Amino acid sequence: MTQAQGAVLVDKASSGPGGQWFLAVAAVLFTIGMVGLLLRRNVIVMFMCVELMLNAVNLTFVTFAKMLNDIGGQVVVFFILVVAAAEVVVGLGIIVSIFRRRKIGTTADSAVLLKG
Amino acid sequence: MLSLVWLIPALPLFGAAVLLLFGKRIGEPLAGWFGSAMVAGSFVIALGVFADLASKTAEERAYTRVLWSWMPSLGVDVALLANPLSMTMVLFVTGIAALIHVFAIGYMHGDPRFSRFFTYLNLFVFSMLMLIMGDNFVLMFLGWEGVGTCSYLLISFWFERPSAATAGKKAFVVNRVGDFGLMIAMFLIFNETGSLQYHAVFRSIEANGIASSTATAICLLLFLGACGKSAQLPLYVWLPDAMEGPTPVSALIHAATMVTAGVYLMVRVHPLLELAPGVMTTIAWVGALTALFAATIATAQDDIKRVLAYSTISQLGYMFLAVGVGGNVAAIFHMVTHAFFKALMFLAAGSVIHGMHGVVVDEQNMKWMGNIKKWMPITTGTFLMGWLAISGFPPFSGFWSKDEILLDAYKENKALWVIGLITALLTAYYMTRQIILVFFGRERFATDSHADAHDAAHAPGHTPHESPVLMLFPLGVLAVLAVVGGAINQPFGGKNLAMRLEHWLDESFIPGTEIHAFVSAHGSVGSGTKLTLAVIATLCGLAGIALGASQWLTRTSPESQAKLELPLLKRAYGVDAIYSRIFEVPGRKLSEFLAFVVDRRGIDGVVNGMATLVRGGGTQLRKLQNGYVRTYALSIAGGLVALLVWAIVRTGF
Repeated sequence: MTQAQGAVLVDKASSGPGGQWFLAVAAVLFTIGMVGLLLRRNVIVMFMCVELMLNAVNLTFVTFAKMLNDIGGQVVVFFILVVAAAEVVVGLGIIVSIFRRRKIGTTADSAVLLKG
Repeated sequence: MLSLVWLIPALPLFGAAVLLLFGKRIGEPLAGWFGSAMVAGSFVIALGVFADLASKTAEERAYTRVLWSWMPSLGVDVALLANPLSMTMVLFVTGIAALIHVFAIGYMHGDPRFSRFFTYLNLFVFSMLMLIMGDNFVLMFLGWEGVGTCSYLLISFWFERPSAATAGKKAFVVNRVGDFGLMIAMFLIFNETGSLQYHAVFRSIEANGIASSTATAICLLLFLGACGKSAQLPLYVWLPDAMEGPTPVSALIHAATMVTAGVYLMVRVHPLLELAPGVMTTIAWVGALTALFAATIATAQDDIKRVLAYSTISQLGYMFLAVGVGGNVAAIFHMVTHAFFKALMFLAAGSVIHGMHGVVVDEQNMKWMGNIKKWMPITTGTFLMGWLAISGFPPFSGFWSKDEILLDAYKENKALWVIGLITALLTAYYMTRQIILVFFGRERFATDSHADAHDAAHAPGHTPHESPVLMLFPLGVLAVLAVVGGAINQPFGGKNLAMRLEHWLDESFIPGTEIHAFVSAHGSVGSGTKLTLAVIATLCGLAGIALGASQWLTRTSPESQAKLELPLLKRAYGVDAIYSRIFEVPGRKLSEFLAFVVDRRGIDGVVNGMATLVRGGGTQLRKLQNGYVRTYALSIAGGLVALLVWAIVRTGF
């Protein structure tokens, strides 16, 4: 699909804001999530940041699906949602069990047992 | 009988195999008898083949039996050649080997590795027969290496003694030098003629000719091989040390048979040698100088076997002298008679050593013997036969063969003849010295001084004893042969009796060519000159005997004896020391360089360096895995940014 056709599609759906805005929001969300992940020490907050990044990606997928008129992007979003849900279950379980068992504090920096 | 020719080498091989597998179970006397029977069987078959061959006309006396095809691409078969030359060799090799086997049954009595000894001996006889009977260079080389291996195994048979183990290695290493030459020569021959089969090679050379430089190179390299195996200058140094082996080994391998292989090779390839006259001259001079050189050393040795060893080198030098002046018949003739009398003297020396065992510590040192004739009369008698034969006393066998070599040398070059005469004189002298020291004079082993000095070994009442019949029988047979052996080529008695060996060898041709399988020396001299030469040679021998007797019968004190034994000669001109300085020291340095620098620093350095590198790299890399999730997250983010930058730059955004 060429760029020209894409532009036509965007024009047809000109009832709301353009796709570029959605992408910008996604980029902002992603950056917030990434910065949070890098700067915060609280494991739960870091986890939430990861979720934020995931959803930013989801947003780009949906946007592109709309802009390019390709349903594939939306399908991928469903996969990501399912996998993210599973990941949350497993990740939270791991975090909770680590902090219960080892009593090493509440920051991610306390869990350094896997260092080389 | 001709078709049974394959049995001649097969019987000793079978014997070796059986003894190898079941030797221990067969046990002491029987293993020896079995080995002897195999070799004796070979001898009997060889007699039959010989008779068959002799009944044919001269042109037909070459029978090749192809057993199987071995290396078809090289045209090399496992094929045995029975012609006058090979059968002459086979007869005396198997005959003497059988006698020595019987002798060894007595000599090796009580040895813990009795049956192993006969395994090696049988294997040796097999290898020697392959060397002789192979109809091509490759099979000859197989036998050549086989006898070398057996020689190594047998020299260091008593490997518990460090000196024996070292001597075996020395023989092996020195022989490698010669074998190198032999192999290169074979490559050249194949390159030149496209074949390695004797007759095909000679036919090709006759048909196509050969560049004289190539012929010279081939012959020189072949001669290098012969020098190693036959202990000629400068590769003789292993033979005196080879006396560390049991005495039957010295007699069989290092006197009668194996060491003559070089002479045999030279005679075998003589059609090639004829094309390289320069090499012939070289061979003659090397032979003559070796003969003289070794004979001088023999005059000052104390070890009963070392005298004989140097004597063997000297006599082999004689044979090469004969080959070099074109006297192939004389060379083979002397090889046969020498095999008789030298095997005899070695076995007699073995009998003396056997008899002296337990009487003195150093049972081989002639200075501690004396008057053994009183205790061992039969051994003494037989040894005296050998002494007269090697001294060239008419009509003993050595007289005829030595005379013929001197005659051939005289025809070619007077200087060589003079060297031969001096050697003959020295030979008679040192052999006389030996018999006087060993068999006559005072009983030095019984004197108090020795008894005091070596009290532990000198048990009172221990005296030399005559050897058992098993050992005396071979001595007797060889003594008879040493006396009458010259008859095979003596010049008297008309056409039917005179020069039988020469006719036998000389009349044969190489099949398919006009080349004589054998050529005797060129030129001829009148019968008057012949007689004069014979008288001169005999007088030289007698002078040597007289000189030895007059000096050694009167000089009984060690001080007066020492005056005749020049220190330089006692040390054998210090050749071993020189070799060790020239070859051993640099060789050791090179090995140390290779071991400690190249191997340890270079090769080990690379391996260890790799390990250090990997370990160091790992130490650095593990720092990345610091356990902090944020570090990992940062690196992922960094990677993401880098990918983005790359993608943006690529798309030219």
